[in-house]
Amino acid sequence: MRPALLHIGVLAALVAAGFLLPAYQHGMLARILVMAVFAMGYNLAFGYTGLLSLGHALHFCAGMMATGLAMRHGLAAGPALILGLAAGTATAMLTGLLALRTAGVSFMIVTLMFAQAFHLTLLYYGGFTGGDEGFPLPSAARRLFGLDLTQAGPRYAVALALFAAGLLAQWALVRSRFGRSMIAMRENEERSRMLGYNPFTTKLAALALSGLYSGAAGAAYGLLFGYVGASFGTSQYSILPLLYVLLGGAGTTLGPLLGAGLMAWLIDAASSLTDSPLAVIGITLIVLVLFAPKGILGTLREKGLKWLP
Amino acid sequence: MGTGPLLLLASLEGLVMAAVLALAAVGLSLTFGVMRVVNVAHGEFYMLGAVLAWAVAQFVPSAPMGFVAALIFAPLAVGALAWLTDTALLKRLNYNPESTIVATIGLSYLLQQGALSFFGPDARAVQAPFELRLQFPWFGYSGYKLFVIAAALAVLAAVWWILSRSRAGLVMRATQVDRNTARAFGINVDRVYAGTFALGAGLAALAAVLIVPISQAHYLMGHDPLLLSFIVVIIGGLGSLRGTLIAALIIGLSDGILSMLYPPTLAKILATLVVALVLVFRPQGLFGAKA
Amino acid sequence: MAAVILEARGLSRAFGGLRAVDGVDLTLTEGEIHALIGPNGAGKTTLVSLLSGRLAPDQGTIRFAGEDITRLPAQTRVLRGIAYTFQITSIYAGLTVFDNLALALQRRHRRDLADAVTQAATRIGLAPYLQTEAGTLSYGHQRLLEIGMGLALSPRLLILDEPTQGLANAEIEDFLTLIRGLTGTTILLIEHNMEVVMALAQRITVLNMGRVLASGTPDAIRADRAVQDAYLGGGHAAD
Ligand SMILES: Nc1ncnc2c1ncn2[C@@H]1O[C@H](COP(=O)(O)OP(=O)(O)OP(=O)(O)O)[C@@H](O)[C@H]1O
Ligand SMILES: [Mg+2]
Repeated sequence: MRPALLHIGVLAALVAAGFLLPAYQHGMLARILVMAVFAMGYNLAFGYTGLLSLGHALHFCAGMMATGLAMRHGLAAGPALILGLAAGTATAMLTGLLALRTAGVSFMIVTLMFAQAFHLTLLYYGGFTGGDEGFPLPSAARRLFGLDLTQAGPRYAVALALFAAGLLAQWALVRSRFGRSMIAMRENEERSRMLGYNPFTTKLAALALSGLYSGAAGAAYGLLFGYVGASFGTSQYSILPLLYVLLGGAGTTLGPLLGAGLMAWLIDAASSLTDSPLAVIGITLIVLVLFAPKGILGTLREKGLKWLP
Repeated sequence: MGTGPLLLLASLEGLVMAAVLALAAVGLSLTFGVMRVVNVAHGEFYMLGAVLAWAVAQFVPSAPMGFVAALIFAPLAVGALAWLTDTALLKRLNYNPESTIVATIGLSYLLQQGALSFFGPDARAVQAPFELRLQFPWFGYSGYKLFVIAAALAVLAAVWWILSRSRAGLVMRATQVDRNTARAFGINVDRVYAGTFALGAGLAALAAVLIVPISQAHYLMGHDPLLLSFIVVIIGGLGSLRGTLIAALIIGLSDGILSMLYPPTLAKILATLVVALVLVFRPQGLFGAKA
Repeated sequence: MAAVILEARGLSRAFGGLRAVDGVDLTLTEGEIHALIGPNGAGKTTLVSLLSGRLAPDQGTIRFAGEDITRLPAQTRVLRGIAYTFQITSIYAGLTVFDNLALALQRRHRRDLADAVTQAATRIGLAPYLQTEAGTLSYGHQRLLEIGMGLALSPRLLILDEPTQGLANAEIEDFLTLIRGLTGTTILLIEHNMEVVMALAQRITVLNMGRVLASGTPDAIRADRAVQDAYLGGGHAAD
């Protein structure tokens, strides 16, 4: 009961924010929501299944590039978005097929290397992909369900709709049988095998879902903000979802949103001191692993709010 | 120039590259071998070495003196920072492999930002300690580059001697095999870890000081050496010193030669993919013994 | 004569130079409680790991319910009906007792999972602890949960690796009652406690240095000279 109220309450607050906040904050909030979708995808792999990937920029950027390139070549926004989801899922499955033969530190390095190779490939074919500079999406094509996504209002609405769908699906997923078997992989793989679960296929399915979310986030990011580029495939975009999830709380449904929001606020607050978010990200990462490895919601859950989903 | 001389030139460039790479990679391999941690900030320690070399050169106007001062000061300063990192950060994380990676990612961001703030976004040149041009029949070649090869070889030999012959090396190897047993034998494991981490970082800094008169100092210069060190260490077999040296030589040489023939981006793509596939299919490395 | 449910022939497995299991034949008939005993390091855990699929044999074949399962991965064997409980307790310490049991039950019980979990918990006396984090249970309770997860799979063959290790006497009594209450399940029981063995087993196989030393009814094993010399002799018989 309480978890349901909490989720509905959060979504209601976000809808209200759409009406109450001034326009220039809509853009920032829409960005946070899209990044939160990315982080939710990351959370499915890392938070729930225990797969610490350092290469999720690959799936985010693959989704973004697929959508962007398709639109550049004349495809409508709707089908291009679907293509983005497919790209995120497919890259996650392909890399997962290989990376899941490893575990722990090797898994981290392998995923990092795959993402690196993908980013370099985008640069190598810069003539086609636009390279690090990227390219803007034609404004006329940025229409979805009749909404003009160059406008702040519709843009926020679409970002919120995507986030809401992602959040509710994630909540349903982690309460499902399959969600329980994902968590089982994180907690004790050998035990799970001896209960009849196939670790490889379970983890591969979790990665595929995680890639689906990441691809959706990347595609939406390009579509909503009108710009795609290989710079979204750098290792920093693999670290960001990790950071959001660690901050908000790994393995909590609302941790990704909390982390993404808080980080945006932190970087904004620090922007008077420095114009680069690097230091803020660095310090937050260190403080988190040292003092709060379970993140905010994870710590709250441990400290008595056991019902936190 | 004919193919023969071109190849000679490429091999010389490759050897310089291999020498510097070997120093940096041995540092990374050492920390992984003894402490079982992957230090993502290794590239930033390298970058700091270069930046400090430039800073020292500003204080000491004469080129040879400034270089010698940097050669001593930069590795010591970076080593001290690494020592601090170990005691203040890694030790508190109990050297948990995954937390350590996340923490050193954070550290690398912090160091990059620090270098950017204090040093600016521009690339800075440092003068070589001596100007000497060796004249081959086909081309002239920098005497300094040959010095870099010789210096790196000397340092590597020293490291090898320390590890295999000295008491410090014995203590490090004992800790590597089993830290609890080492502790039971009265070895101060904390000091060994901090010392190893400092030595690894110092080697990276030293490599950077050597390279800076050739390729300038810049706050983002840590990326490539980190990637290459990873490649070397993984292909050589994680933690295997012998494998690391062989891999550094092969990769440094082939990188030097390949990058003259192929676009560097393509070479990097292939290299990263090779690393990933080696880890997947041959985790003990190509030259490491089976675990 | 009941049907044969599991038949292993010439199973061998070495670790380096050590032949932990060396040419073992083993036949289990449906519904029997079969004890596997032997000194420490005899190869008991290794043998059942070969049967459950946690380890691959170097040589030999395993047939289960008439089919060759030698090459099947562990999780597939579980689905076919072979359950294994670990010698060293291996539960989901970070999850609740409910989730621990649900993970074993959710494949069979789609609609009535909560009821099935409650039933399974009641059977092992853990019903009051459903919402407790498993890692915070007492050692004995964790041991029971481990067994309960194996039972919850409703296996045709249940392999118990030293289930009573570290249990108090009262808890051992509960365990005996629990096992006696099972009907139709074949049980392969590794056990050092000879009272438990004698109380439950219909047949006993004795393993020593990776080889079968003797196999037969409890009375026959008790009378076997070789077994007495190698294992039951001296201190053990006087226990
Ligand atoms: N993974 C392994 N690697 C190397 N040696 C092993 C491994 N597993 C078991 N052994 C060795 O194989 C032999 C048999 O071990 P096993 O665990 O099967 O004995 P056991 O009969 O179950 O003993 P216990 O009664 O102590 O549980 C022992 O000498 C053990 O040291
Ligand atoms: Mg055993």
